[in-house]
Parts: sequence; structure tokens; C-alpha cells
Amino acid sequence: MPIDKRVASAAKALADVADGATVFISGFGGAGFPNVLIRALRDRGLKDLTLVVNSATHRYSYTHELIEAGLVRKVVCTAARSHSKEPSAFERLWMEGKIELECVPQGTFTERIRAGGAGIPAFFTPVGFGTELTQGKEVRSFEGRDYVLEHAMTADLALVRADTADRYGNLSFRYAQMNFGPVMATAATLAVAEVRAVLDEPMPHEHVQLPGVYVDRVVAVAA
Amino acid sequence: MTTQPLNRLQIAWRTAQDIQEGMLVNLGLGMPVAVADYIRPEVDVFIQSENGVIGVGPLAAPDRADTDLVDAGSRRVTIRPGASIVDSSWSFAMIRGGHVDVAILGAFEVAANGDLANWDMRLPNKGPLVGGAMDLAACARSVWVIMEHVTRKGAPRLLPSCTLPLTAVRCVKRIYTDLAVIDVTPAGMVVREILAGLSEAELRARTGGPLAFAPDCRPLKTPDIALPD
Repeated sequence: MPIDKRVASAAKALADVADGATVFISGFGGAGFPNVLIRALRDRGLKDLTLVVNSATHRYSYTHELIEAGLVRKVVCTAARSHSKEPSAFERLWMEGKIELECVPQGTFTERIRAGGAGIPAFFTPVGFGTELTQGKEVRSFEGRDYVLEHAMTADLALVRADTADRYGNLSFRYAQMNFGPVMATAATLAVAEVRAVLDEPMPHEHVQLPGVYVDRVVAVAA
Repeated sequence: MTTQPLNRLQIAWRTAQDIQEGMLVNLGLGMPVAVADYIRPEVDVFIQSENGVIGVGPLAAPDRADTDLVDAGSRRVTIRPGASIVDSSWSFAMIRGGHVDVAILGAFEVAANGDLANWDMRLPNKGPLVGGAMDLAACARSVWVIMEHVTRKGAPRLLPSCTLPLTAVRCVKRIYTDLAVIDVTPAGMVVREILAGLSEAELRARTGGPLAFAPDCRPLKTPDIALPD
């Protein structure tokens, strides 16, 4: 069978995701949110999800819909603060003790995912040393500087937004859409990309920003 | 003669005067992003935003704004000639690897040894927001802080040690406030410039840690810049 990663709908692309899944969700600053896939995941009504997402509260991401629907057990993120005076859905549940939070410095967040897709189980970083975000973590000194041991992260599912794809799963991103998408795809058992358009022809190699070997399913969605 | 303390745009202007040709600069959210408006046009620099934009340009005009072309503060921006865009892992490898010459960051508190607290004010009923603050503070080649000298209630923000949760230890090299420009040195805080008309004793009274004054300490001067309404 020739390789063809195109799937007809977001619902079909997520049909076999199970309760308790750990899910990477791309997007940062308004760019690269896979909102069609997030909504399709919400419609699956799965329980006890762990979300690994840069922000639990960004106003342009639909991540909050998963949280509001009570599908999420834990969030690993770098930002969990409401944009407005009112607490976000996440903050309400977190203050009630109904959702778990792991707050991670952003470079450590993305490097832990990169490591997860690159066969590196753990690494030392200077970031966070001496702060409450790394309390209890192993510290080692290299050439006179202190570093904290951080562990790789992997996931069952990655939801990624890109601009275009081809049948092989090759992805190309617009501007700052890329952010966490490429590393998230490398570290997930199942990587699904929603794109503005799936090309009829193979993508020219010089346009490929994430090789299709990392992407399992692509879905074309309305821009 | 008494001079008014600088407003936040004047602090940004003063900070911008120290940016050198060829630097790669990261600007934190809030007051720091205003620094970009005051870099002299003949000084060619690249602004890095940690979402991966290497070469951020001015804000996009409303009719040209693109939801995919944003900076780390979700502002719709443009890119300058020679810009590139990388993914988050590469962006932070650039930061951790010491390729960012200077990160200009806001702060709640700075300690005399350069410890920085700028991410968690311990506000009740608020979730945490760390973003890239710890990475930038710990790993930019130089960290400059831009902030009001005292809190709204008049309490010093420059302290013997921070009371709020730390962002990074011993990282701040220079502090720009509405009253002074201060270097953090191995020997402690050294005032390089002080607001004209403010005495050394008055500055000390507004500062929590010990201050030394550089032998060539100069008056802190900026042009008039009106705040937007």
C-alpha cells in the first residue's frame, strides 16, 4: 500500500484515542493552535486526560473547552493565568483541587519534549536552578555552574497545527505557527496535524519543515 | 532643581541607548517591549522573541495584522529584513546556549547579588505564569532589568535579598529605573546615573540594599516623552 496519511475528518483522526491519554497540544501566542482537533477531542468525551500545552488559559486556544468539560486530570504547562480579572476554567478547578498542575519553564518544557522524541531520557539544564520550580530535583555542578536534572516527556497523542501537508505527512508552517508543533510530533505515539490545505503533489523538499516520518495523520480543515 | 522621575517610556528610551550594533536582544513583556521603539535607526540589531521569531519588526498595522505572525506576547508584529523563524526548541537552545546578547526584563524585585524575582507575585486566586522568564534570566549573556525604583506603596524593589519567588540567581547585570541606572557588580550595586536633583541620600532612602556611587556617576537625562492616554 502506498503511504497516504490523509484522513477525512478530525473525528476519524482521533477515533482510537483512549481514556487517560497524555496529549500534547501545540500553539503559542495565538499561532498554531489545533483548534479543530481540540474540539474533536472534546467531542470524544474521554476521561482523565493529561494535557501538555504551553498555556492552559490562552484566549485564542480551545484548550479551555477540554478543561471546562471535565475531561482533564492534569495540565503540564508554562502559563496558567487568566487574561482577565475573572479566573479561567483551569484556575477555578485548580483552586478547588480538582485538577493537577505542573508548571515548567518554557525552554525546559520544549526541551523535555524534544528529548522525548530524540532518545534522551534526561538532561541537565541551568534553567530554574535555585527556584521553587525545581525544588527536590537533582543538581550537579559542571565547570563551576549548577544544573538541574530534567526528564524527557512523551505522549500518546500530539495535536499540531500546520499550514500545508502532503499525503506523506510532510508539514510546512506559516510564520510563528511552528512553535511546539515539530517537537511534539516527534515525541508522541500518534501525531495528528490539522492543516489549511493538503497538497495534491508531494511537497518540495525545501519546503518541508517537519518530515512526514513524524506525522501519522493529516486532516485538512477550513482556514 | 527637582526633576520628575522618568516615566516608563523614558526608562525604555534610556535603556535603548545602551543597545549596541549587531546585538541579538530579547525584550520581555510589558515595559521592555517599548525599548524597541527607541533603538536608533542606525543601530542594526535583531530582536529575538522566544516563540521563535528571530528579527521582530514593528507592530503590524491593523489592516496587515496576521494571526500567525505574533511575538511571545501574542502581539501581531512584522518581521525585519533578514528575519527567520524557528521552532520553540531551537529558540530556547539559542537562549540557553548564550546566543542572546541581552535580555531586557521587567522585575518585581532585584537583590544586591543580582537575584531576580519577576514571575510570581503570589497573587491570590491566580495560576502561575512562568513562560520563558527563567530561561532568559538564567541564560542570556547579559540581563538588564527595567522597572520602577519603588512599588506603588513606596517600598523598595532593590533589596538585600528577594522576598518573592526567584526567577534566577545572580543574573541581573544592570538595572534601569525611573530614578537611576545601576550596575550589579561582584562588590554590590553601583549607581552609574542618578536623576538630576535627587540626592544620594534620597536614592539610598528608596533602595533596600547598600548602594555605591561610581566615581564618574552622571545625571540621568532623557528627552520628554509623553505617555499615551
